[in-house]
Amino acid sequence: MSKNKKIFFQILLVFAVLGFLGILINNLIINLTRTGIGFNFNWLTKPASFSLAEHPLPYSPSDSYAWALFMGWMNSLKVIISSLVLATCFGTLIGFLRVGKNSFFRVITAGYITVIRQTPLLIQLMCWYFVGFLGIRNNSFLNISNLLNISNKGIELFGLNLSSEFSALLFGLSIFSSAFIAEVIRGGIQSVPIGQWEAFRSLGISEKQGFIKIIIPQALPAFIPGLTSQYLNLAKNSTLAIAIGYADIYAINDTIINQTGRAVECFIILIFSFLILNLLITKVMGIIDKSIMKSRI
Amino acid sequence: MKPILTAKNLTKSYAKGILALNKVSFTLDQGKVLVVMGPSGSGKSTLIRTINGLETFDKGELNVLGIKIRPDSDERKIQKVRRRVGMVFQQFNLFPHLSILENITLAPIQVQKRNKKEAEEYGINLLCQMGIESHAKKYPGQLSGGEQQRVAIARSLALQPELLLFDEPTSALDPERINEVLDAMRRLADQGMTMIVVTHEIKFAKEVSDQVLFIDSGKILEISSPEVFFSNASHERSRKFLNQIN
Repeated sequence: MSKNKKIFFQILLVFAVLGFLGILINNLIINLTRTGIGFNFNWLTKPASFSLAEHPLPYSPSDSYAWALFMGWMNSLKVIISSLVLATCFGTLIGFLRVGKNSFFRVITAGYITVIRQTPLLIQLMCWYFVGFLGIRNNSFLNISNLLNISNKGIELFGLNLSSEFSALLFGLSIFSSAFIAEVIRGGIQSVPIGQWEAFRSLGISEKQGFIKIIIPQALPAFIPGLTSQYLNLAKNSTLAIAIGYADIYAINDTIINQTGRAVECFIILIFSFLILNLLITKVMGIIDKSIMKSRI
Repeated sequence: MKPILTAKNLTKSYAKGILALNKVSFTLDQGKVLVVMGPSGSGKSTLIRTINGLETFDKGELNVLGIKIRPDSDERKIQKVRRRVGMVFQQFNLFPHLSILENITLAPIQVQKRNKKEAEEYGINLLCQMGIESHAKKYPGQLSGGEQQRVAIARSLALQPELLLFDEPTSALDPERINEVLDAMRRLADQGMTMIVVTHEIKFAKEVSDQVLFIDSGKILEISSPEVFFSNASHERSRKFLNQIN
């Protein structure tokens, strides 16, 4: 293709994209004018007038929409961060057992990973919520002398009350992500050449010491890209909270859209919320990656 | 001379009845150098790796430095052997995330619980012997293949082993780097180190070894002195092999 032709098609493409965007924006403006509510964020200061089952800070229906949204953010962050920590610990453990010497644990973890990865998260969440928590009879499933109490009202741990919605979401997200994280861990460990195992073994170094001093440090850089993508998925998957009635940022936006019809503004808020959160996760993982690379020159 | 190593009827089979080792028996005396030769897939690597438990076997018995190893021996017994037997690999297998000196001091510190300073002094001493003390603070990736293999030899010496195993130590090296490694091995042999060397280096075998073991299809076809093996090998298969690599 000649140079001129190439430039011609490039220009054509740019116009096509701009034209398409133009149609979309035009549609939006027409629809907003027709509904007569326009496009603005002034409603954020008005009272939300709906109640929230869970709010980390004081909240009442007379508080503003903005404050309700902030509660949603807090709730989302609460479940994302705690699931992230739990999924990482659990996933790492499963991943280690998956490649370990004990064949019993190898089979069990392989089965766990298969079942969890092959079923939809939404179904798992529902299962945790309706079968796992609400299905508990006699009000208590497990009670260890005031330290831990699992009942149909949720989990009580060291006096810390976790609602059954939060608990089901925490369990569901953590267990779902842990299966994927386990595979990331397995892949990272298996990326270390077998010669490294043989080298430390031939030096009389024990399996445990060799694993800690030789294998893990070399597997770490291979963990990071996989872990990053699992963390991003976890954050996004947290919006399934709406299915079990946990008041996360998406559930609250959904309520606001129903009340006010401010769908465009709400989706802009949602998209930016997750964009910022996930960019932050990516940035933090990037910093961890760099520091690992630096420590091995 | 007391034998440092006795192998009695070592047998290892893979699936479908293929024998990796077929009733392998031999002894090695202290201070002697045994060269193991054979075509690829003959079982020479399997044989040498069986000695320090990197490979298991199905039947027979090994006596390494007075430690009896049987097919059902546990990890602890094998670790006892590994602490007294050094090994050098074809692909060096240095730890890329540790400095040269850390590569060498890791086992003395972890296994023998020696203090760091003492282990480092000994490590530098070993690097001097290998002529690479100036690289102590570098990382494996910054060294040439020949240098890396000399580090690997120094590392295998760090636990002061009584027997050294070399699994094709020069096969992954550029031709002009082979001699620096062979020279280091020659010096160890001169110092009286007991060694088993899997290699195709005929000159080294002729000059350094006390015995040559020829193995094919998991079976020892002959064990003879290098003079006999290289001029008048008794087995047809050995003569054919020598013709091919010459």
